[in-house]
Amino acid sequence: MTTAPSSGFNLAQWWKRSRKTILPPLFGIGGFLLFWQLSASLGLTKLSGPLSLWTEERTRDLLLYPFFDRGGLDKGLFWHTLSSLSRVALGYTLAAVVGIGVGIAVGLNQALNRAFDPLFQFLRMVAPLAWVPIALVMFQQNQPAAIFVIFITSIWPILINTAEGVRQIPQDYRNVALVLQMSKKRFFTKILIPSALPYIFTGLRISIGLAWLAIIAAEIVMPGTPGIGFFIWDANQNGYVSDIVLGVIWIGAIGLILDRLMAWLQTRIATGR
Amino acid sequence: MTSTLRSDRSSPAAAGAPLLRFEQLGMAYPTPKGPYPVLENVNLEVQAGEFVCLIGHSGCGKSTLLNTVSGFAKPTSGRVLLKGQPIQRPGPDRMVVFQGYALLPWLSAYDNVHLAIDSVKPQLAEREKREIVMEHLELVGLTQAAEKLITQLSGGMKQRVAIARALAIRPEVLILDEPFGALDAITKEELQEELLKIWNTQKCTVLMITHDIDEALFLADRLVMMTNGPSAAIGEVLTIDFPRPRNREDIMEDPRYYELRNSALDFLYNRFAHDHDEAG
Ligand SMILES: Nc1ncnc2c1ncn2[C@@H]1O[C@H](COP(=O)(O)OP(=O)(O)OP(=O)(O)O)[C@@H](O)[C@H]1O
Ligand SMILES: [Mg+2]
Repeated sequence: MTTAPSSGFNLAQWWKRSRKTILPPLFGIGGFLLFWQLSASLGLTKLSGPLSLWTEERTRDLLLYPFFDRGGLDKGLFWHTLSSLSRVALGYTLAAVVGIGVGIAVGLNQALNRAFDPLFQFLRMVAPLAWVPIALVMFQQNQPAAIFVIFITSIWPILINTAEGVRQIPQDYRNVALVLQMSKKRFFTKILIPSALPYIFTGLRISIGLAWLAIIAAEIVMPGTPGIGFFIWDANQNGYVSDIVLGVIWIGAIGLILDRLMAWLQTRIATGR
Repeated sequence: MTSTLRSDRSSPAAAGAPLLRFEQLGMAYPTPKGPYPVLENVNLEVQAGEFVCLIGHSGCGKSTLLNTVSGFAKPTSGRVLLKGQPIQRPGPDRMVVFQGYALLPWLSAYDNVHLAIDSVKPQLAEREKREIVMEHLELVGLTQAAEKLITQLSGGMKQRVAIARALAIRPEVLILDEPFGALDAITKEELQEELLKIWNTQKCTVLMITHDIDEALFLADRLVMMTNGPSAAIGEVLTIDFPRPRNREDIMEDPRYYELRNSALDFLYNRFAHDHDEAG
């Protein structure tokens, strides 16, 4: 830069820089919404179009007033999201702690790995929905069952990536630890964790999406507790198609935010090293 | 350098029992087709304070030989004695400067050296540890870059950190596996001179692998030349008795320099030329 940056915001320059990154998604999403709205308006599909979020008064109210609370299950979207997120936070934290712990053990111990890897590979293929009846029988209550479903769905990427990260510690670093005769504790904190950290974060990032997917599945099958999954189930029972559309868009948005958050954390950790 | 210091370094008779002793050392790696003999009947004695360079064709077993000293490889026959005791496992008394530096990239230059001291001498006060780290970073000319992350350093600077880390824990034997192979000529010469200077003050024993005859002639008391594998052994040992401290120009003017250089070249390229069916 030869000229000093002016204190004001230069719209023309900003536009020139950002045009290429802003215009294509705008066209893509706009085109998709237009297509969707047209097929709804022309009666090609019974699914209500995106405009129905605004034209249906009930849905518009939900959109505009996320914070209302009339007691019981009659709450705004914010409150449903909050209870879903708190369940996700619990199940996901549990998955992170157990997944990283077991992952390290399995990564360090070849025999343990041989013993349990087939089991892990098998269990991780079980869909969240399939865990729901099992969880309900195990816990007999919706709340812990939902948390278990999140836990068991989201633990595998964390566990498997952590184990891989530990196995991938370069032989050079292990040799340094050997020649310096490092204590186990020092090897753990100074070499193992920092070396495996990128892998652990990859697992954590994949898992946050899975955890969010699992909560919806769990809540839809366990009605009666507030949550975004219940919200959709309830709308479905009443035949409020535009509410369902709203719920789905909402879920996608929250999932996207969670993923971005983890991505941000991941790059912060990666560059902070 | 006084002549008394030199004599107790290079004459085995005066020094008595050797620091290191390879006795009929044999080393074979297990392969699906049966054991693959890399080394056989290696015999060598190294005196305390000696600077020994090791040369030989790629794949002949130089790294393997040094791994039996560092303790990363167990001999399959014969033994390696350090002060009369067989070497059992890696330890900080035989510190290694690894072929790929092996520095921890998430730590600064300072922290890499500090971690080594902290692991080997945890009983020292923090202030003493800090002094040792800074003293050794200064020895290799890295005071300015102490707080830089390893990823921000050039190849030469990384090698300097690796050397500082190795020397900071005061090993009896310093093992270097082709330390300057990847560096440009100028950095290489600088580092050779620094290494010599430090070796002069710390008086540790150095075992160093190199592919560069001139480097060996400048640095070493003795040049150990290995025959080709499999079943490589020590072919010939050249004694390089240029006076120390050495100066590159001076030794290159010495007629013995070319005699030594020629006999090394003759060994490597005539008597033990690399045969081209090494895959077999
Ligand atoms: N872990 C191993 N298992 C089987 N064979 C090995 C192993 N490590 C080395 N070898 C073989 O032993 C021989 C000697 O290897 P070594 O690394 O000691 O050679 P080197 O002289 O250090 O070579 P370079 O100069 O290329 O570093 C080579 O033929 C190599 O293929
Ligand atoms: Mg080698």
